[in-house]
Amino acid sequence: MYRYDEFDHRLLSQRIGQFRDQVARRLSGQLDEDAFRPLRLRNGVYLQLNAYMLRVNIPYGLLSSRQLRRLADIAERYDRGYGHFSTRQNIQFNWPRLVDIPDMLAELAEVEMHAMQSSGNCIRNITADHLAGIAADEVADPRPYCEIIRQWSTLHPEFSFLPRKFKIAVSGAARDRAAVHVHDIGIRIRRNEAGEIGFHILVGGGLGRTPVIGKTLREFLPEADLLSYLEAVLRVYNRYGRRDNKYKARIKILVNDLGIGAFAALVEEEWQRLRHSALRLGPADIERMKAHFPRPDYLPPVNDTSEYEALRRDDPAFDRWAENAVFSHRQPGYGIVMVSLKRSGRPTGDMRADEMRALARLAEEYGFGEIRVTHRQNLVLPDVPLHRLPSLWRELTALDLAMPNHGLLSDIIACPGMDYCALATARSIPVAQAIAERFDDLDYLHDIGDLSLNISGCINSCAHHNVANIGILGVDKRGQEVYQITLGGSSGDDAAIGKRIGPALPAEDVPAAIEGIVEAFLAEREGDERFIDTYRRVGDQPFKERVYA
Amino acid sequence: MTASVITASSLALGHVVYLRQEGECCRWLSDIQAATLFGDNDLEAAMVSAAAAVAANEIVDPYAIAVDVRGGRIEPLSLRERIRAHGPTVAGDSAPAPRSAA
Repeated sequence: MYRYDEFDHRLLSQRIGQFRDQVARRLSGQLDEDAFRPLRLRNGVYLQLNAYMLRVNIPYGLLSSRQLRRLADIAERYDRGYGHFSTRQNIQFNWPRLVDIPDMLAELAEVEMHAMQSSGNCIRNITADHLAGIAADEVADPRPYCEIIRQWSTLHPEFSFLPRKFKIAVSGAARDRAAVHVHDIGIRIRRNEAGEIGFHILVGGGLGRTPVIGKTLREFLPEADLLSYLEAVLRVYNRYGRRDNKYKARIKILVNDLGIGAFAALVEEEWQRLRHSALRLGPADIERMKAHFPRPDYLPPVNDTSEYEALRRDDPAFDRWAENAVFSHRQPGYGIVMVSLKRSGRPTGDMRADEMRALARLAEEYGFGEIRVTHRQNLVLPDVPLHRLPSLWRELTALDLAMPNHGLLSDIIACPGMDYCALATARSIPVAQAIAERFDDLDYLHDIGDLSLNISGCINSCAHHNVANIGILGVDKRGQEVYQITLGGSSGDDAAIGKRIGPALPAEDVPAAIEGIVEAFLAEREGDERFIDTYRRVGDQPFKERVYA
Repeated sequence: MTASVITASSLALGHVVYLRQEGECCRWLSDIQAATLFGDNDLEAAMVSAAAAVAANEIVDPYAIAVDVRGGRIEPLSLRERIRAHGPTVAGDSAPAPRSAA
């Protein structure tokens, strides 16, 4: 993974020094809250419903075991012994004291982590396919490009006061696992007919109160032009994006207002001024960054897989886990293991410090000391030798980290909701827990098959409910929490915005409504059809009839 | 009976706090049961006290909330404020212990 150089360390050290001073001045009254708020937000510090919250970036979802241990230490020393993995490859600490946050940041800096630009109207954490560099369907590893974008966007002086926050996601695989269609800029790595690397650039995707699927801005951008082109897009947005109304300030509104053709023309004009500037990437720049992401020293495949074969034959629990949680690796003899943070009775995406340490140990013992964080609030052990899967499964099972529900109904994305978030209008996690409890029969879950269910506690859509097969949006109706249900959303290559099926329901009716939707699906399903395919074939009527019977 | 209490976040810690007025003295406590109840006529003066605490860098963002008082117990009317008073409602071992009895 990318290792900080002297410049990176100095930059971070200076930044923490500045923030330490800003906190001291706030506490002494030299800064009032209006002056301090934008400063703390630039350092990832929110004042939430119950306490301050610190959001820490995990760039493109890549964590070392050392970093995960440090997160565990911080959770215990400064918080309440756990962290919450968000939907943008961040981790959030829900209970820090303001007076401690400079020390937390200093300890994070020691392991090359920070919270800069995890909030505010700037370019946020760069996210990526969590299977970057290991997926069997990969065109090219997105991590070097993510790191190039991260460095370009970090404290970029021109883009520190954008009209609104700005999110970029990168995928290098045939299948989109990074939700690139619903980001301000989505980047897909491609090869042209000559075999050269380039980028398909999408723009103007996003969720929130105006959900929009991103539009193609450029089919194939040459590799060398990545930064100059992004700079041109950001300049056009920075100049023409609305600042008079925060609800109209995202780039998706600008693209929609201008039309993609006119927007593209403005970008093109700006790009011609920038294309041959210092932002042009030379082969040496790219190779230098690629060198930070070498292929690990994989061992030759072990031929004796008798224990693995026997366990799959004899132990249904292992067989189910191996089928659901282990993915094809590009390296023969290795597998990718999904670690579910959607466990019975546990808040979605939460992980205790002792579990972090245990997983860090497993990452070292069964891999190369690396962990990935997914935007679906799960973790990944990326490089596990296949013959060691039985032993790893036993260890994960003992830790309650072997739930084989990847991509199934109980693999629910839930935002923190009104239990934690100052913006939320309804709770998310308790509703997610009630649904997961209703669907706790693994046989039934596997019969249902692929199905995404996401719950947001307000219109800001942090849980991406608009692009879930079943989306749930909590809203406040005259002081009561009620939940709207949408169907037909998808965040992948067939990205689509879900459609609301009827009036909102009280929280206690939501699990039964989901059960009705699933029953309708099973009644209408043809063969092994996925939920989304059945929905697209039959429309929403059979589902409405069950929910509003 | 319905009344109001003044709530805020403590500046240094970020925790939820409530105003307890003892004569000229104001204290900001984490237990809503210790909060002073205000009627409509007292609220303006209470907010002046809160503004002084903001100026003294003790608290952030004070506001009044409606509460119900039954059997001597103070309970916020809105769910949002009940969560602030008692802590998150999520189940599981990473859920924090409530600050005061629900």
